[in-house]
Amino acid sequence: MSIVIEHMTKSFDGTQVLRGIDLTIASGELVALLGPSGSGKTTLLKIIAGLEWPDAGGLAVHGADWLHLAAQDRRIGFVFQHYALFPHMSVRDNIAFGLTVRPRAQRPGKAAIAAKVAQLLEFLQIAHLGDRYPAQLSGGQRQRVALGRALAIEPTVLLLDEPFGALDAAVRRDLRAWLRQVHDETGSTTIFVTHDQEEAFELADRVVVMGEGRIEQIGNADQIHDHPASPFVARFMGATIELPVALHAGRAQAPGLDASRLPHRALPDGPATLFLRPADVTPLIDPAGRWQIAHRSSNGALLRLELTDGAQRFGIDLPRRAPEAQGLVPGARVNLRPEAGTIFPGPRALPLPAAAPALPRKEKSL
Amino acid sequence: MTALALSHAPGQSRAVPRLLIGLAFVLTAILVVAPLVFIFWRALAEGWAVYLQNIADPLVLHAIWLTALVAVIVVPVNIAFGIAAAWAIARFRFPGRKLLMVLIEIPFSISPIIAGICYLLLYGRQGLLGPWLAAHDLKVMFALPGIVLVTMFVTAPFVAREVLPLMQAQGSEQEQAAVTLGARGWQVFSRVTLPNIRWALLYGAVLCTARAVGEFGGVSVVSGAIRGQTNTLPLQIELMFNDLNTTGAFAAASTLTVIALVVLVVKGALESRR
Repeated sequence: MSIVIEHMTKSFDGTQVLRGIDLTIASGELVALLGPSGSGKTTLLKIIAGLEWPDAGGLAVHGADWLHLAAQDRRIGFVFQHYALFPHMSVRDNIAFGLTVRPRAQRPGKAAIAAKVAQLLEFLQIAHLGDRYPAQLSGGQRQRVALGRALAIEPTVLLLDEPFGALDAAVRRDLRAWLRQVHDETGSTTIFVTHDQEEAFELADRVVVMGEGRIEQIGNADQIHDHPASPFVARFMGATIELPVALHAGRAQAPGLDASRLPHRALPDGPATLFLRPADVTPLIDPAGRWQIAHRSSNGALLRLELTDGAQRFGIDLPRRAPEAQGLVPGARVNLRPEAGTIFPGPRALPLPAAAPALPRKEKSL
Repeated sequence: MTALALSHAPGQSRAVPRLLIGLAFVLTAILVVAPLVFIFWRALAEGWAVYLQNIADPLVLHAIWLTALVAVIVVPVNIAFGIAAAWAIARFRFPGRKLLMVLIEIPFSISPIIAGICYLLLYGRQGLLGPWLAAHDLKVMFALPGIVLVTMFVTAPFVAREVLPLMQAQGSEQEQAAVTLGARGWQVFSRVTLPNIRWALLYGAVLCTARAVGEFGGVSVVSGAIRGQTNTLPLQIELMFNDLNTTGAFAAASTLTVIALVVLVVKGALESRR
């Protein structure tokens, strides 16, 4: 089922959570909504589910206007971050719930429901857990039950809110591959929300990067990684170094900066900001260099250098055994040669986002 | 846990913990156990035959019947009110929500006798609504409706107070999940909301019952204490006591005590389920 979202806005108590969302999702696509907390991604998901209502805008699924349809009538499968399983029902009854609440005329018979549940338990590889209660299950097992409950109603659209947020890293990787398989086999249109880039890029056909209620960029991993559409996306994708530069004939210039490896950009002359990832910078030792090494640490494979020019301090990473790593000791002076980076016009006056998205991964614990 | 709390370093004096435990036992015995034992001792002072005769007294039987009737009306109404109020407060944000939370608590902080007087001033013959009620031949004061109203007021908070914190803690995700799975309002309530709060609800209902059966102050104002007509059990006990029928009073009191003990056991059983 294709989903078309147009000019959607939503605010809570005067705070704009969605500031005009336009998004089209093709039938059978697996899409990730990626963004820091507060970017509006979960609100968008809940609006598609019918659990929230937008202030303005349109939502059409397979040509039908869904804003005039109650959540009960949309036939969506929604998997909550903390699963929201019914604690007083067995796994079997949880999965059967969506079928048993149907009006009598549309409700399958008892035997048909039992067969459907058995089939889902088998499909989700939890056949042995049918008679347990949610409290007796591990996080990964609960996740499977929650998905089974959502799939039982043969949803037109499958929506997942931080599906792996509450799981530990090993289970997360397992379930990721498994969810991709479930998606491919059911052929449903699937949207999931995450703040984890790795998860989004590994799993999704397309990633929608959201920030502060807007869609910042839509694309695959390579596109978003190499060509961030905005300073927000650049920061979110881990470009923690922001150097003020001057643009001349499409080339960035700054003292101590060797920009020869950066491509020309068709941008007007003037002040600009160069966004760099810590691993995309090569330090060049120079006694008269602009930056001084303030601190050096190693994790065995990578060296982390804290550089300062008096005004600005940032960290860069390089392999410890690389030839250019020789002589990089605290107090040494260096110039920098960016190997890759993104330039946005305008001086560096843009505020940092509230949540620090450059951190590797927020482990959520219950 | 107990063992941990009572453990002590070798050589350290055990006097203080022993003193505190002893004090707790003595105070409980004096304040709680002795009066309870005394009720049954006095009720049975003249033997089982007199005891049964006292309870079989038509006035006592009527009082028991009236008390039960009041409880049977009040408790279901308060369960409905409690669920509705807790649900509204836990699930919705609306103007006056905080006020409603305070209003639910009011019967806890107001003396029941004040509630009784308020009802008297409102519904009594000289009261605000008195002439209108009289004109329509409706008798509220010194009759069953008055007793029910006051008991309802006094016991209003019990169910809501038990259910609300639980509903707030559980949040609405399960209900939202049920909605996305196609459940209608009533199905969400009966299959998801209600099973989740059932123990708290039962616990609140038990407390509500105990209070409804034992209510004295408010009811004494509005019942008029007409023997064999508007006397609830607590009022009947007082009446018999004032009539110097001590054995009879204690016999009637023993029935109330048995109810209270049963409630206590049920409450204990429910607490262990939660």
